Amino acid sequence: MIKQELWEGQVRIPSGCAISAVISREGRPINGSAMIESMRPMHERSNGLGGGFAGYGIYPEYKDFFALHIFYDTDEARNAVEANLRAVAEIVRAENIPTRKIPAIIGEPLIWRYFVAPLRSVLQSRQQDEEEFIARLVMHINTKYTGAYVFSSGKNMGVFKAVGYPEDVGEFYRLEEYNGYCWTAHGRYPTNTPGWWGGAHPFALLDRTIVHNGEISSYDCNRRTIEMYGYRCTLQTDTEVITYIADFLQRKQGLSLEEMASVIAAPFWSTIERKGEAERKELSYLRTLYPSLLITGPFSIILGFAGGLMALNDRLKLRSMVVGEKDDRVYIASEEAAIRAIEPEAENIWAPAGGQPVIVRVREGAY
Amino acid sequence: MGQWDIYPEFEVVRNEARCTRCMGCIAQCANGVHSYDEKRQALLCDDAKCVDCHRCVAMCPTRALKIVKSDCALRENGNWDGDTIKEVFKQAQSGGVLLSSMGNPKRYPVYWDKLLLNASQVTNPSIDPLREPMETRVFLGKKPERPQRGADGKFTCELPPQLELSMPMLFSAMSYGSISYNAHEALARAAEELGIYYNTGEGGLHEDFYAYGENTIVQVASGRFGVHEGYLNAGAAIEIKMGQGAKPGIGGHLPGTKVGADISRTRMIPEGSDAISPAPHHDIYSIEDLRQLVYSLKQATHHKKPVIVKVAAVHNIAAIASGIARSGADIIAIDGFRGGTGAAPTRIRDSVGIPIELALAAVDQRLRDEGIRNEVGLIAGGSIRSSADVAKAIALGADAVYLGTAALLALGCHLCRTCQTGTCNWGIATQRSELVARLDPKEGARRLCNLLTAWNHELMEMLGGMGINSIEALRGNRLMLRGIGLTAGELEILGVAHAGA
Repeated sequence: MIKQELWEGQVRIPSGCAISAVISREGRPINGSAMIESMRPMHERSNGLGGGFAGYGIYPEYKDFFALHIFYDTDEARNAVEANLRAVAEIVRAENIPTRKIPAIIGEPLIWRYFVAPLRSVLQSRQQDEEEFIARLVMHINTKYTGAYVFSSGKNMGVFKAVGYPEDVGEFYRLEEYNGYCWTAHGRYPTNTPGWWGGAHPFALLDRTIVHNGEISSYDCNRRTIEMYGYRCTLQTDTEVITYIADFLQRKQGLSLEEMASVIAAPFWSTIERKGEAERKELSYLRTLYPSLLITGPFSIILGFAGGLMALNDRLKLRSMVVGEKDDRVYIASEEAAIRAIEPEAENIWAPAGGQPVIVRVREGAY
Repeated sequence: MGQWDIYPEFEVVRNEARCTRCMGCIAQCANGVHSYDEKRQALLCDDAKCVDCHRCVAMCPTRALKIVKSDCALRENGNWDGDTIKEVFKQAQSGGVLLSSMGNPKRYPVYWDKLLLNASQVTNPSIDPLREPMETRVFLGKKPERPQRGADGKFTCELPPQLELSMPMLFSAMSYGSISYNAHEALARAAEELGIYYNTGEGGLHEDFYAYGENTIVQVASGRFGVHEGYLNAGAAIEIKMGQGAKPGIGGHLPGTKVGADISRTRMIPEGSDAISPAPHHDIYSIEDLRQLVYSLKQATHHKKPVIVKVAAVHNIAAIASGIARSGADIIAIDGFRGGTGAAPTRIRDSVGIPIELALAAVDQRLRDEGIRNEVGLIAGGSIRSSADVAKAIALGADAVYLGTAALLALGCHLCRTCQTGTCNWGIATQRSELVARLDPKEGARRLCNLLTAWNHELMEMLGGMGINSIEALRGNRLMLRGIGLTAGELEILGVAHAGA
């Protein structure tokens, strides 16, 4: 019996991990089963205490609605959250997320999915755009409703995660029934506690998802900074804080992906000083502006978003990560084996340098 | 009421077998402890005049001298200890306010010593600063709410004025007057070489030191000594001194005897006149007045210099700091109650204000709760004694720290705590030219550079151990701290967990 205080969010839990991603630059559908196969050779990088996937382009029939994936502990929690949802949003569909009973995945919570649109009247009265509204709604549910946890909240995308090995998690969620232009996946090796389903990766807010391998030493500096801007880090995991930083820098501060990479994996001052004047000024500007959003310690992350993804290593490259491609597809993973497992003919395999962002976008109009 | 009220605190012990009667000790002691009796052909000493500054000890070529605490003690008493009784005697004799110098020496809790730093094991690699870059550069100043872009979409790259430091340490304010010309020169030279800043204190800037302007913080205090347009524009930043940790709520008093020609010119007051700094700024009776002074100083310097507001750590410091952050200040400096001084009423020094550790933790948290931590830089001072204290201060939330006492120790100060007498045998807290000459500014600067370079090396080792390779990732990173032997209340204020938790 695990004591209550050792649950996710009660203590800080460092993890080691495996990550993998595939994207079609032409926006062509990739079946979710491919991602499961990619994770299989990295079994040793997980310890069965968390696995998950994010698929983009998987809900084309509801692409204009926010897809909320929610874990509930009880029906009372579900009733309370649904009452709140009905008051502020139009719910066009509500259902259990289909799962497959398998021995490897047990103790599942109630897993629901809603396709919603915020009520225009509510947006107007709160003077918020729909993304800000949904982001705040997610924070509100996750901090104020006991036994309810929103783990996916973007449009035409979804996160599927659980306690278990990633390949089992994929089978549990019947990922072979989904097709998307981009997938990311994660296998977790937390250092203690069986945790809780919400603690698995990917971690998501709106359409941004993060899968992450590493333990960041700047965690509390980053957390205390991002919490100044209305985010609440309830899980005490690195991934959660990185997701909020990405949301803050991109959605609220208007930084591009490249600019964001130069904040969170900022080049060393000695590197900046060797750059040409324009670049030097810009990099110095960003480092001076956002000193507390620098992330130190080992990490490799894949940030998924509508229409693309970005992979990034910490500036010392303390975690492995390789990139490969074949035709319109780009593959990124902790190990080359994960890429070869689903594309034996992968070409141009290379390891990005520390702090060097790898950004892949789907052709405009193709997603 | 005998021959004397108080038996001397220290005894000067001379080893006659070692003493060569070189008479060096007589020359070294400005307090007149040592003398030579021609008749008896003996070296004598008047223990009553000894302040335990160790000058004679350090200069004796044969190590024939030592100073020991007198064992002539009053009857033990748990309530009326010897010092307390002696202070009553002194005041009964003089009728005056007790004066002291340097920081609060009482046995209050030192929270630095009850905080422990973290290190990486297994899940996260520590980083070797000898092999990997380890960054300690810090920018102090206001960070805008969001980046500004020009019409072309590119960043304007324009920021409010920032102070750039090669390491998160600055020399704190010590005025010319309270310390000597040579001490100031040593600080200025060291600041320049280290890529940091020293602080003029409230005594103006000597004309010789305008050359170090890029590494100088010029102070504006309640007495406004030596303040003019050229002075304000001479430094890299301006500090408004509202208070000082050693004597919150109290002004300053430089006796006329110390106001010689040079100090008179620098402070812009008549020679021989007392330089009295009022307790409050008489143009600041409220927070909105502070805002006016901040903006007056900004205007006088064409908005090119960051303005620091220095306050003593007092009970309501979090709210005060929040007010300062909203008053246009670029940087807040908080001075804890163990901070040093050239002279303060003993009762004030020892009983007023709060420890910097608690003040810093409360201020950093309040500014974050209000979402304005990025509006200001935060400097903590008031007894930072080692690189470990620096690391802990930064983890609690400081951007950088002020070093005063530690810098003076590097210059030779032995912390005898009698600066107010003006007879500093080490040439630091004195204006007597023969004493000032004992402090070689170049040698002093070298020792200051040694000290800070050593601390910075240690800081890098600690950062690397924590798996951090840039100082900004330690700032406010309170998970890197654990308390030891602290109560739940103390831990809550410090915002740290207890060791083991």
